[in-house]
Amino acid sequence: MVSPAVELRTVRAGYRDRLVLDGVSLTVSAGEWLAVIGPNGAGKSTLVKAVLGLTRLGGEVLLDGRDRRTLSAREAARIIGYAPQQPALPGGLTVTDYVLLGRTPHLGLLARESSADENVVADVLRRLDLDQLAARRISTLSGGERQRVVLARALAQQAEVLVLDEPTTGLDLGHAQALLALVDRLRREDGTTVISTLHDLTLAGQYADRVLLLDGGEMVAAGPPAEVLTPERVARYYDADVDVVTVGGRQVVVPVRSDAS
Amino acid sequence: MKTQPVTRLRARTLVGGIVVLLATMLVAVLIGAAELGWQRVLAEIWAQLTGGMSPLSEREAAILWQLRVPRVMLAGAVGAALASSGAAFQGVFRNPLADPFLLGAAAGAGMAATIVVVFAPALTAWAGSTLPVAAFAGAVGGVALSWLLSTSYGSVSPTTLLLAGVAVSAFLTAVQTFVQQLNADTIRQVYGWMLGGLAITGWTDFVRVIPYIAAAAVVLLVCGRLLDVLALGDAEASSLGIRPGRLRLLLISAASLATAAAVSVSGLIGFVGIIVPHFIRLTVGASYRVIVPLSLLGGASFLIVADQIARTAMPGELPIGVVTAFAGAPFFIIVLRRNAEKLW
Repeated sequence: MVSPAVELRTVRAGYRDRLVLDGVSLTVSAGEWLAVIGPNGAGKSTLVKAVLGLTRLGGEVLLDGRDRRTLSAREAARIIGYAPQQPALPGGLTVTDYVLLGRTPHLGLLARESSADENVVADVLRRLDLDQLAARRISTLSGGERQRVVLARALAQQAEVLVLDEPTTGLDLGHAQALLALVDRLRREDGTTVISTLHDLTLAGQYADRVLLLDGGEMVAAGPPAEVLTPERVARYYDADVDVVTVGGRQVVVPVRSDAS
Repeated sequence: MKTQPVTRLRARTLVGGIVVLLATMLVAVLIGAAELGWQRVLAEIWAQLTGGMSPLSEREAAILWQLRVPRVMLAGAVGAALASSGAAFQGVFRNPLADPFLLGAAAGAGMAATIVVVFAPALTAWAGSTLPVAAFAGAVGGVALSWLLSTSYGSVSPTTLLLAGVAVSAFLTAVQTFVQQLNADTIRQVYGWMLGGLAITGWTDFVRVIPYIAAAAVVLLVCGRLLDVLALGDAEASSLGIRPGRLRLLLISAASLATAAAVSVSGLIGFVGIIVPHFIRLTVGASYRVIVPLSLLGGASFLIVADQIARTAMPGELPIGVVTAFAGAPFFIIVLRRNAEKLW
């Protein structure tokens, strides 16, 4: 049997004096797109950090069936790539310089990039339509371009699993769609597993294979979007009035004004 | 000029930096208070290289080889140490204002030097070596104290460390000022040391500090690429397989040792650690793979020139810290105004 790309077994995670994630278990199969949703403070970002090994853990995180704690930082970095919600972008670097940093886990500590690494980066830039910007300084890019550059850096890592924390933050509708469509295409072409947190439930319904709903650090629902994204559930956990419409077999979550007659 | 997609230290740039440094060193050796005549100095250097006859008298040769040359070498070593440490601190703290004295190195050295001047004047007169040793220990102690105070649960956040450095600096400076006020007659000597200056001690100082500075330079040169990774923040650096805490400790230790070594023989020379790395960042590129090596070369050249001005511009000597700021600041402002959009 093929082991799942990522598996969490009763993971408890949090910060110094505060437990945020209390006993979450889940498996993500290779090539699957899992969207993690939930209201503010539900523990979405903490879940991401737990998968990345950035918070103290109870329970186990397995990557490719291997306990994360038995892997070195470099080994883990070759399995999981990460694009954060608010990346620190050194404005003075060129786009190519920045994306090349994604090759770090593949380099010896003191080595410099080979032409093979530069080819990987050139290829990633081409696929993301960034080759025209290769020599531009990051400080001169627009918000949408920056988001793509961050994705490019994570892709240059050539990891099997891509973790995206709110990848569409700050993007307008068109750019958000374009970015997620791009991730979806890359996933189909390379078989990459995607774990992303998403605020926008419609986008989660449109792109994810499976949706995980967190509330108060606990998993309250998981399954295909059609099962998880119901008006009752959204009302209960988001305290929001919505309608869920199915368009072309995918879920669209529409806010409805409740005080209107 | 079209920007290259990959920022690399190109051979042309590196050779250019080395040529500038060698030229600066040569000019500095040719000029001095004692009129040796530049043609005769050149002839002497040529004679040493080829084993020919020296045109200089024994006394003149001593002035050249025991005073001028070691002073130029010392200025170069101190400049290289301060500029490359400054670059490393800016990278580690992701802060353009970071300089090598940020974590208490200056205040620690100042306090230790003052205590020695006040309480052990006989010692300074006796060996001339107590002051540098005390300053070195004070600088290392100041940084170590900042580091220890900002450690919590085994890890150190850059912001906490920065603030701990400010607090430690303020405290040590207060102690230093207090001790100094109690012994007002020593103010001039303490103040003179603080403004910075390179003493003429033959090769002793150079030989004493060069191991620290060379070791630190190797560490910082090797870590140029990792400084770029660190600039992405801890979460991303970790997700790229780097352990940011360990890397920070390594970089800060190396930069602080170099700074302490520099401070111990030159007092507090401000500005070099900020102006040189930024000059490189603005004119050549923002990757630390370029900034670190060129800061080493540029810092050495800059301080050799500054020391040259300090010892020849006026009868008597100007404090070198005055020169670095007086000459450096306007020049830096011009570069900054032309290239500000490239910053960070």
